Amino acid sequence: MNHNQPVYTDNDPQNELVTLNLGPTHPATHGVFQNVIQLDGERIVSGVSTIGYIHRAFEKIAEHRPFYQITPLTDRLNYCSSPINNMGWHMTVEKLLNIQMPKRVDYLRVIVMELSRIADHIICNTIIAQDTGATTTFLYLFQFREHIYEIFEEICGARLTTNIGRIGGFERDFNDIAFAKINKFLKEFPVALKEFESLLNRNRIFIDRTSGVACVTAEQGLDYGWTGPLLRSTGVDYDVRVSEPYSSYQDFDFEVPVGTSGDIYDRYLVRNEEMWQSLRLIEQGMEKLKSEQAGIFHADVPEFYLPGKEEVYNNMEALIYHFKIVMGEIDAPKAEVYHAVEGGNGELGFYLINDGGRTPYRLHFRRPSFINYQMFAPMSKGMLLSDAIINMSSMNIIAGELDA
Amino acid sequence: MAEVTNNEIVQALTEKFGGQIIGVNEPYGLLTFETTKDVIIEVLRFLKEDANTNFNFLTDITAVHYPEKKHGIAVVYHLHSMVKKIRVRVKVFIDEHHPTIPTATVLWNSANWMERETYDFFGVRFEGHPDLRRILNMDELGVHPMLKQYPLEDPNRVDKKDEYFGR
Repeated sequence: MNHNQPVYTDNDPQNELVTLNLGPTHPATHGVFQNVIQLDGERIVSGVSTIGYIHRAFEKIAEHRPFYQITPLTDRLNYCSSPINNMGWHMTVEKLLNIQMPKRVDYLRVIVMELSRIADHIICNTIIAQDTGATTTFLYLFQFREHIYEIFEEICGARLTTNIGRIGGFERDFNDIAFAKINKFLKEFPVALKEFESLLNRNRIFIDRTSGVACVTAEQGLDYGWTGPLLRSTGVDYDVRVSEPYSSYQDFDFEVPVGTSGDIYDRYLVRNEEMWQSLRLIEQGMEKLKSEQAGIFHADVPEFYLPGKEEVYNNMEALIYHFKIVMGEIDAPKAEVYHAVEGGNGELGFYLINDGGRTPYRLHFRRPSFINYQMFAPMSKGMLLSDAIINMSSMNIIAGELDA
Repeated sequence: MAEVTNNEIVQALTEKFGGQIIGVNEPYGLLTFETTKDVIIEVLRFLKEDANTNFNFLTDITAVHYPEKKHGIAVVYHLHSMVKKIRVRVKVFIDEHHPTIPTATVLWNSANWMERETYDFFGVRFEGHPDLRRILNMDELGVHPMLKQYPLEDPNRVDKKDEYFGR
């Protein structure tokens, strides 16, 4: 059947198209963005995406803020996995300043980033299930996102918009409770994830709704700039963690899962397998930490690393450096740098141009949601409305990252 | 898969485009060069389709405003060869009073929204773009807010001066 042809005949009394505003606050869009679609019965004839409802001018604001004040802005890009954004930003500045991080900090970062990747994928995969009508799975797995947030809370004091770490490392070492909670998570989460998979992977209804829906070829994915799990589901094994390892990912042993047909079911499977791989990475990270000297949680770069408050009040050098960093009396090189990390949705890039001052001359975020989402309207043509909704869920469009 | 070095890419480009490739540089190992808007699409096409370079992926398009320069707007392309695991940055400086440049949507569909974003924030008109409208800002905004002449906040406000915040 040719999906692009209207299904009505000429003398049908209902031979007209319906225009539907999907969004900006439609419950099925999981975010503040609008699609104006033309429907023929239940089939989409054409669609126009309108975005920008929560645009907050981060790139402009960043030109007026010192580096360490930009971290909270990055929180609010993909707020489902803020630590990846935070650390991507820190690593960009560290690359600009040529700071070499101690291995222990790299491993701690990997642990936190993989935890947030799991949190991100939990949201996406449970939402796909939710939108196909399977509420149970959503409730089962979603509580582990809460456990991950508890770990973040133990590490940095915040849960959703974490502002975790600093340029040059972490603001404090992980405490014993944090390690205990990570270990507890490593023990409990595989059981739940297994249960989640057994509820969905071979579920007849779920497969009927997702398999063969919204297929994307590798060529189309590359042409539309897809990265992350979406591109991998089409069969391209591109992962920034492997192709340009950062934060010592080269020390770890993990696999990059790929799909074959790029349909919703493949995207779901790729994300699920990535959660298993993230668990492996966290386990390896915890193992590697044992052979590192305890207590190192930042690089020895006092000119750039904001010292802790107790230090500032009790220690002369720390006070001086604190003053210099906050008052912007430290020169950063005049240079431009592009650094990419593998975010929850794909390649999250930071293009930073520095003119020697304390604030970026220009900072541009390459936001995967923004670039992934532009394929949504063209690919929805000819699709059933209900398929387009789960297609959107499987793209995991986060409005904060979409609009910046 | 044979690796390709920055030098080889520059050599191949200079062979084909001669004096149109200028300002070659390698900040942090990332090959960066400037070209002109007359040949930019041909340069991108060459980088994309030449078997030795094979920059199959358009990572990003954005712009930078340098008010003090003669050609005040730099349109910046980041390309990525996933096969050769190498990136390249291409810059085109254009006149900020007549900011026009041919569209890259003829090569990658992903350029569509990236160019709309660049138009929205810098006013760069991408000639031949299928749907060049604002994307993140409201249609009635009237200005292109990332240009340096526009301050972050209302300059007449007195309660938000930088000095009160140690900035």
